Amino acid sequence: MKDGVPIALGYLAVSFSLGIPAGKAGLSPLQGFLASFLCNASAGEYAGFTMIAAQASYLEMALATLVANARYFLMSCAESQRLAPDLRLRHRLLIGFDITDEIFGISIAREGDIPPLYVYGAMAVAIPGWSVGTAIGIFAGEILPARAVSALSVALFGMFFAIIIPPARKDKIIAGIILVCFTLSYLCSVLPVVSGLPEGTRTIILTVVISAGAALLFPRKEPEGETDKTTSPDKEEEAAV
Amino acid sequence: MTHIIWIYIAVMAGVTFLIRVLPLTVIRKKIKNRFFNSFLYYVPYVTLAVMTFPAIVHATQSTWSGIAAMAVGVAAAYFGADLFKTAVACCVTVFVLELFLVH
Repeated sequence: MKDGVPIALGYLAVSFSLGIPAGKAGLSPLQGFLASFLCNASAGEYAGFTMIAAQASYLEMALATLVANARYFLMSCAESQRLAPDLRLRHRLLIGFDITDEIFGISIAREGDIPPLYVYGAMAVAIPGWSVGTAIGIFAGEILPARAVSALSVALFGMFFAIIIPPARKDKIIAGIILVCFTLSYLCSVLPVVSGLPEGTRTIILTVVISAGAALLFPRKEPEGETDKTTSPDKEEEAAV
Repeated sequence: MTHIIWIYIAVMAGVTFLIRVLPLTVIRKKIKNRFFNSFLYYVPYVTLAVMTFPAIVHATQSTWSGIAAMAVGVAAAYFGADLFKTAVACCVTVFVLELFLVH
């Protein structure tokens, strides 16, 4: 639980920023609280909020959530190797409920099998921090003047930069991919036909196409090493993607 | 054709939960497929990058403050600012610029 406190504090700031777009999408503080309580994912939730804002179909919502959260699938695969083989299903379900970059990071960093109680301790402080932050963010978006909301709107994007830019500095492939992403994302927003698609749908298509292209052109070397890289130290600090 | 926010939230929560729980309960072996692993490795970077631009430019009251926030954010992150500092730098940039740009 002690290890969960810094995580919870970091979550407060991120989820507050997340509350701003959530409020713009029309969620009430209670709905934001619930969405964060149940999802515990910033990129995934942000993708979801843009779908709500666009009044997308439920199927598109499911797809957007699936793609934006795809990496938890990988973390879950990695963590499955580190649970006691006889661990009960209900413990597996509960642990799985809150696999985030940070909780996964501190859990996997321990030696040996991961004790469920350790994970629950961290969850007990991190989840309330995350959920309350979103509710406060939505509330702030409702009462603050437009000027302040406009400034706060970029907070989440700033955090996204802090996540994607440092690895890009170390790895030219990632830097190149990010440039491709920016370019294609811009083109898709202005070109005829594709620009008519909802923003969330474009995000899904671009993510799948660019990631698949990158995986084909630049496959990573050691499959096992991937899981560690996804939670590189600079992300673990307070990223709550 | 109105959509109910509660259902959206339920869909989000259900899909998110399944993604996290399925491997933990079903898969007991390491995934060896190189393409699949590489794909999952790139997804977070790609999805964040795609969602950030050009959305950041439209999120603010003025296009120019959004562009400036992007430049400041990339520079701050490049020079090692953490999440919180980068976010604050972006917010301050927009706030200060819009004092002049938006009336």
